[in-house]
Amino acid sequence: MNLDVSVRKNYGRFQLDVAFSLTEKRCGIFGPSGSGKSTLMHLLAGLLEPDEGRIELAGQTLFDSARNINVRPEQRRIGVVFQHAHLFPHMNVRRNLLYGWKRTPEEERRINPEALARVLQIDHLLGRGVNSLSGGERQRVALGRSVLACPRLILMDEPLNGLDEELKYQIIPYLKKVFSEFAVPLLFISHSLQEMRLMADEVLVFEAGRMQQRLPSEELARRSLVTGSRGYANLLALSGPRPQGDLWLYGWGETDLVLTEPGAAGDNVFELAAKDITLFKRHPEASSARNILPCRVEGIFGAGNRIGVELTCGGGSLICQIVPESVSEMDIRRGAEVIAVIKASAFHRLY
Amino acid sequence: MLDLSPQDMQAIWLSARVATAATLISVPFGFVVAYFLVFVRLPGKALVEGMVNLPLVLPPVVIGYLLLLLFGQSGVLGPLLQSFGIRIIFTLKGAVIASAVVGFPLLVRSIRTGMEDIDERYLQASRTLGARWWDTLLTIIAPLSGRAVLAGMTLMFARSLGEFGATIILAGNIPGVTQTIPLAIYEYTNTPGGDGMALSLCLVSIVISFVVLLANESVSRKFRQRTTR
Repeated sequence: MNLDVSVRKNYGRFQLDVAFSLTEKRCGIFGPSGSGKSTLMHLLAGLLEPDEGRIELAGQTLFDSARNINVRPEQRRIGVVFQHAHLFPHMNVRRNLLYGWKRTPEEERRINPEALARVLQIDHLLGRGVNSLSGGERQRVALGRSVLACPRLILMDEPLNGLDEELKYQIIPYLKKVFSEFAVPLLFISHSLQEMRLMADEVLVFEAGRMQQRLPSEELARRSLVTGSRGYANLLALSGPRPQGDLWLYGWGETDLVLTEPGAAGDNVFELAAKDITLFKRHPEASSARNILPCRVEGIFGAGNRIGVELTCGGGSLICQIVPESVSEMDIRRGAEVIAVIKASAFHRLY
Repeated sequence: MLDLSPQDMQAIWLSARVATAATLISVPFGFVVAYFLVFVRLPGKALVEGMVNLPLVLPPVVIGYLLLLLFGQSGVLGPLLQSFGIRIIFTLKGAVIASAVVGFPLLVRSIRTGMEDIDERYLQASRTLGARWWDTLLTIIAPLSGRAVLAGMTLMFARSLGEFGATIILAGNIPGVTQTIPLAIYEYTNTPGGDGMALSLCLVSIVISFVVLLANESVSRKFRQRTTR
């Protein structure tokens, strides 16, 4: 993807004024509501006209106020997945899915509808009306509908927002699979840091209609350790749970972790808050916590009373949050050996 | 009790023909005007809106008179149509036109409300999926405003069945040619001893209107099942 944007749009008292160019395949636009994320999405898709500026995608000018160019939305080949799916209510799942596909010239159709339906696991829903679908199913159909139009870029506007808190992350594996298997560039719009880290490599941070910073999503997460109210959360991909008494044993790199939560066969992604990891200088021998991992300190970052300690243990890496006093008392510095202790119940399964 | 003369039967048949023709002819225009009022951003829209709604507030007699001026022998369109051998005044065509003009605002209002209720994002979704505006109009807007069109048609049909003022001026009250149910009732009320006959036609009128409403209800329920989110 090669997206060059430099636009201004006045909206009553709100003004959007941004300029950036993107080359990453998976980018995110992050910011609180009212920061201009959705406006930008509408401008990119051609659903709104900028007051001034220029938009270029893959070498083609989509909008240029100076040259009076404004390509219509149906000719931009930019897909949009809306917050609430907005499946056409008078069509069944199949007709929804194929709406864009039928309107794509045959030589441009590079995605097979059956294959996509299988990846999204909606092949059994094709004959159903869209009103009987669950939130997650609707969002999967909406994604499929956009992808089948073979767009050059897909914009997703808070696609997980309308979903159940418990289930919202379950759609992520489908998203990841579709975007990697069918190689569609993605611009993911969200105010959720966790979603950003799962879906985007690079993030543009918006605030009050301006682009404030631009950084890798992991870096954004690390900064939240200092500034965010919820602190930093480790995202761990754990494999294949095996029962161990009342608990579950998961593979993580070369080590095993003990968790209370059961998961699905194969890969599971768990969230582990950095402040739920306790560091010990020496092995505590006996502890109520089930996971006692020897680690090496790789680095220290942070400010104020929140210090992040980067750890590696058994091939995996973790970030643990402690206070400055602990750093000096335990003499934590790069290369130091420590023991990380984590309760089995500290892990929260995302998907 | 229901004692209908052949002339009454003719009036019923004429009423049905006039209302059906007026409604069917108006639907495409009503749809286009409603689309224009809802989705097209152009100056002068308020003027169009005012003109469309005018028949709703003007006395039907005034409309009938204006139509008479337009289509009459010395009117603007009258002589032109005459040269093609088309006569509007005192014919069934006149009755249809009178009904169409009077009922048109009701049709447009109803379709318009339906179109305004369509979530804009369906239209945006269809555009980003590659549909041009006319494609979106045919595949998204038309089916999603189907119920509103139907409701508008019902209203218009019912209004046409009852059309009196404009019809009597433009088409006259000629039994067997332009005499619809309301005109026949009017004539009976002016005839000594015609009360019973007038009442019979009133009953017929009520029954027809009721059937139309029931039919509308059942069809619109089917639509609702198909289109609700």
